[in-house]
Amino acid sequence: MRLRRNLTTLSFLAPALVGIAVFFIYPLLSAVYFSFTKFDLLTVPQWVGLANYRRMADDPNLLQSIRNTLWMVVVFVPVRIISAIGLSMLLTQIKRGAGFFRTIFYLPALAPPVAATIAFVYLLKPGTGPVNTFLGHLGIEGPLWFNSPDWSKPSLVLLGLWGIGDIMIIFLAAVLGVSPSLYEAASLDGANAWHRFRYVTLPSIRPVILFATVTGVIYTLQYFDQAAVAGSIASGQATTGAGVSQSFGFPEGSTFTYPLWLYTVGFRYNALGYANAMAVALFVVALAVTVILLRRSKAFSGEDQ
Amino acid sequence: MTTLLERPPRTAAVTPRQVRRQNRLAWIARHSIAIVLAIMFLTPVGYLLLISVMTSDQALTSDYWPNTWHFDNYVRVFEVTPLPRYLLNTVIYAVLATAFMLLSSVPAAYALAKLRFRGRNAMFLAVICVMMLPPQVVTVPLYLMWARYGLTGSLTPLIVPMLFGDAFCIFLLRQFLLTIPSDYLDAARVDGCGEWRTLIRVVLPMARPGIAAAGLFQFFYAWNDYYGPLLYTSENERSWTLSLGLASFHGVHHVDWNLVTAATVLAMAPIVVVFFFAQKAFVQGVTLTGVKG
Repeated sequence: MRLRRNLTTLSFLAPALVGIAVFFIYPLLSAVYFSFTKFDLLTVPQWVGLANYRRMADDPNLLQSIRNTLWMVVVFVPVRIISAIGLSMLLTQIKRGAGFFRTIFYLPALAPPVAATIAFVYLLKPGTGPVNTFLGHLGIEGPLWFNSPDWSKPSLVLLGLWGIGDIMIIFLAAVLGVSPSLYEAASLDGANAWHRFRYVTLPSIRPVILFATVTGVIYTLQYFDQAAVAGSIASGQATTGAGVSQSFGFPEGSTFTYPLWLYTVGFRYNALGYANAMAVALFVVALAVTVILLRRSKAFSGEDQ
Repeated sequence: MTTLLERPPRTAAVTPRQVRRQNRLAWIARHSIAIVLAIMFLTPVGYLLLISVMTSDQALTSDYWPNTWHFDNYVRVFEVTPLPRYLLNTVIYAVLATAFMLLSSVPAAYALAKLRFRGRNAMFLAVICVMMLPPQVVTVPLYLMWARYGLTGSLTPLIVPMLFGDAFCIFLLRQFLLTIPSDYLDAARVDGCGEWRTLIRVVLPMARPGIAAAGLFQFFYAWNDYYGPLLYTSENERSWTLSLGLASFHGVHHVDWNLVTAATVLAMAPIVVVFFFAQKAFVQGVTLTGVKG
């Protein structure tokens, strides 16, 4: 009887268990093994100990990609969260057409990243793009956006803000879920709008802020598509046909995020051992961030609710 | 609560009329901000639409209003680029990935949400870890694995794994299934239903919104995916998807910005259509991923 029940349970889980073993545990262990070897696609892996990890310490391109990704973590994640909270607060305050505005703000989040990036490169084109034309009418000389090493990452942040909808919806639900009696109590105590936000709304949505921060950092750690496409398209000579575009990182490596550099190392330079050392380092960081979420959030702990 | 709040100093008496005036001003301010933001959110797409009906010469200028309207760009882009093939590949990838994901993930999510067994928490933890793992960590070993079987250059390495569950969708479905009261399941069991029958007859009909949300997520993910097709199919143009094709158009058709934008609009359009048909389920799904803290 008990055996039968276990077999039934197993039949539900079998595909997922195989999936985790074959597409997660096996490649993860392989990555760890390969990271200790020198290895291109043509030769047999050759044990080199910690050489790949030592190489990481003095690879200027790697350091630049780490700086770029850190920049995105420090700027992009908070800007995204603050804007999403602001947008969701605005939506809760609007009586007329709230559904209409919600849809408008949400939809860009669904746009294919490649399509959205192409649109933004075109929108922010230094010479004839509409944004700089508009700024020109105001007497402001617009920056070079995706074509400037200083402005390429801020341009990516703008692109990211356009696609803010998914996180905005999550905050919106959280804000709407705050008990009205808390606001009433605060109002009776003479709290103004800012006080109500600061002392009622913010503490109530703190778990969602934690969730948004962790998933935001994870998202930024794997930020690839937009950086790859923006570099390629903005450089004006894009071909991803060969798999690795020569113009990844354009301009001057300023859009080489960590995963983009990892991909380039692996598939343009075929330095697969080194690429796997970078992968292991990425895994350790992502795991550390995930652990924070697991320890602080009930929904992820797997406990009965 | 009260101790937390600093009491603002009482101002001199405010007449109801002033209050009403203030409220009206605030109403106008909020709606103005919302309208300006809405225009900003719509601008990129509106701009794309305008470019896509220009001549290729005008698309290079700073004009934003088409001199002549070339709706035939949308026909031409099918003739001068391999767009039909990209579209077909994308549909195959998105549809199969979604169907396979549901087949494999719904039972797993059901077990994690409603069955008791040893190692359940460990299994759930593993799902979370897979979900949080940046795909680039396992890219090289997985690529080598598929290359060993000669399957790179096709979409197979992206579709087949969906038969073995998708971590994010398992998580989402589990969160949804937790909201279904167990009483219904117990009643079915008392009536002599096995677990599979309970799942199919009782749980599936009740879980339809959750399944719709997970399916939509997977469909959109596959439709929009760039990294996967870049990794596995870039060596073989016959397997390219829309995302990959779009990113490469630039090199092939470097002057025809009007055609590039027309293709970009075509890549976005199905997503918008699907969204409007399934808005409710989708928004509910997004909410479910983040709110239950």
